[in-house]
Amino acid sequence: MTDSANKNNLLEVDDLAVRFYTLRGTVHALEDVSFKLGQGESVGLVGETGCGKSLTARAILRIVSPPGKIIRGNIRFEDKQLLELSESEIRQIRGNQISMIMQEPKMSLNPSMRVGKQVAETLMIHDKSLGKRGAYAQAVDMLNAVSIPDPKHMAKRYPHELSGGMAQRIMIAMMLVTRPKLLIADEPTSALDVTIQAQIIDLINNLIEDIGSSVLMISHDLGVVAETCDRVIVMYAGSVAESGRVRDVMENPQHPYTQGLLRTLPDAIDPGEPLYSIKGTVPNLMDEPLGCRFAPRCPQAMDRCSRQKPPVYDVGPGHQVACFLHEATSPVAGASTASMGVLS
Amino acid sequence: MTAAVAQVSDQAETLLDIRDLHVKFPLRSGLLMRTHATVHAVSGVSVNVKRGEVLGLVGESGCGKTTLGRAVVGLAPTSGGSIDFDGQELAGKDRDDVEGLAKKIQLIFQDPYSSLHPRKMVRDLVGEGLILNGIASGAEVDRLTLAMLQRVGLGVEHLYRFPHEFSGGQRQRIALARALVLHPDLIILDEPTSALDVSVQAQTLNLLKELKAELGLTYLFISHDLGVVRYMSDRIAVMYLGNIVETGPTRNVFDNPQHPYTRSLLAALPSIHPDQRKTRIVLEGDPPTPIDPPPGCPFAGRCPKVQPLCHEQKPVLAVAGPDSLHLTACHDPDL
Repeated sequence: MTDSANKNNLLEVDDLAVRFYTLRGTVHALEDVSFKLGQGESVGLVGETGCGKSLTARAILRIVSPPGKIIRGNIRFEDKQLLELSESEIRQIRGNQISMIMQEPKMSLNPSMRVGKQVAETLMIHDKSLGKRGAYAQAVDMLNAVSIPDPKHMAKRYPHELSGGMAQRIMIAMMLVTRPKLLIADEPTSALDVTIQAQIIDLINNLIEDIGSSVLMISHDLGVVAETCDRVIVMYAGSVAESGRVRDVMENPQHPYTQGLLRTLPDAIDPGEPLYSIKGTVPNLMDEPLGCRFAPRCPQAMDRCSRQKPPVYDVGPGHQVACFLHEATSPVAGASTASMGVLS
Repeated sequence: MTAAVAQVSDQAETLLDIRDLHVKFPLRSGLLMRTHATVHAVSGVSVNVKRGEVLGLVGESGCGKTTLGRAVVGLAPTSGGSIDFDGQELAGKDRDDVEGLAKKIQLIFQDPYSSLHPRKMVRDLVGEGLILNGIASGAEVDRLTLAMLQRVGLGVEHLYRFPHEFSGGQRQRIALARALVLHPDLIILDEPTSALDVSVQAQTLNLLKELKAELGLTYLFISHDLGVVRYMSDRIAVMYLGNIVETGPTRNVFDNPQHPYTRSLLAALPSIHPDQRKTRIVLEGDPPTPIDPPPGCPFAGRCPKVQPLCHEQKPVLAVAGPDSLHLTACHDPDL
């Protein structure tokens, strides 16, 4: 990986670690999380509850609240090291260059403010030259762009008057109105019905194409990620297990966890056969992370897996896996440089 | 597999027969609490469940599938139609008036975090049904409780614990043990896995299938997840705005959907395989509210193939396609 290749990446997360210091002990919530996101690329972050996917997004925006603490790592966004910025500098980036759509639209909107004003407010904060009227007009245009019927009237509604799908459209309008370079979408459709989910996925896909934003899509739904993203990163218990192009990972998964996760989906299996289930439960993150986090549940675990943390191996173009099973056949990723990231 | 399904559908006796069921909730406001509108949560649903089968009830939030399940156990007021359960009429009756109903029909709720009493121990949660229904007493209660806990994958070490000490999947097992210990004929499962992660969901679905085969249970399986319903059900019924729009053997409905709503629902399902991606029929707009719904087809407002007739007359379920068990409520499904 040369220096010029690095410049094409909009976001580089390197060796990120987040811990929570609680009275009952230290929770190792994120350990050695590294990945890259290219200009205009959309990347999915998948995993089960508690694997650290949302926390990764929060760490990028530096909104990890105590007792959580980012203890290690680098997050480079364009030419800025996000973890080294002052609070006022990061504020210039939040909502302006990096926006985040939350899971529950109704919880994220201000219940006592008309939605048009909320969208306009976002604009005014980030563009001081814009007057109240100008911002409001732009906000109404944006509501139109997110396919809200009769945007002039809808702008005067309060969040409680909207359906879940409409509220999520308002959130999307609010987050994209500043034309951010990176959009982080945290489970944007999990609170919605499938037919509404399909509308929202199409909407996000179309809008980011127009604006040219990159997307980090967080979801527990592998189908949603497969339909929206170019690449996918699979997380397990605070670490990256596998990453690669959607097609490579979904059709040719290399990490035992990804393989198991895909086999647990009831969608593809014949109803006569039992579903595959991954044995055991998610590890307690309070324990010191020794070795591979998946080792206790892994059907192919070896002795060393519980003692030694596996490095990341290149198993194909842009396809990387943190698992010792690939030691003999694949080179360690980024062997030429110090970083163990994802090639884009 | 198909042959086995057909056998169940043709010969088995009907355990639950719902005919033209209506559930309405009045919306009241003002000082005198006058009724100003009515929510038609279930408007004229006819569906039956045969002994030993799994009927999947699918639909989006607010379509009335949960209300239908609750009406069967008497938790929602019926305002018309009949619910025949094993020869007994349940509609319009108070839950307590029907003797032994709790023993025969059990409901498993969606959220295992709020459906278990937080201050009761597992031993009491599971065992209290036995005592209340006079099935067992004394040491017999503990023996039956423990046997059922072991059957669902829990053990003696869990007897004296409280619900908060368990994970979501384990809590759903406790809820299941609590229902099964009474040996009910029918279990209504209301989104039993939607609060669980996929790997835990797989364990729970496997357990449900095993228990059904072992204990000869009948399930009414309510879910919004089409993949789960396809895996679990022998037959399915698709609900939209308080109405059943399509019903039939699972395979027929999935392979050859007849109603425009079912088609768009199946097409909206995201696939993990880029090559299997379907041409999506993206539905415009939101589902309408069930508050004073207009006459005509409930789907008319969003249907890509709507005709003038659809706004005037409500279509009834009629045979669609080659299978006589596959019904759809659409004026012109072939269009």
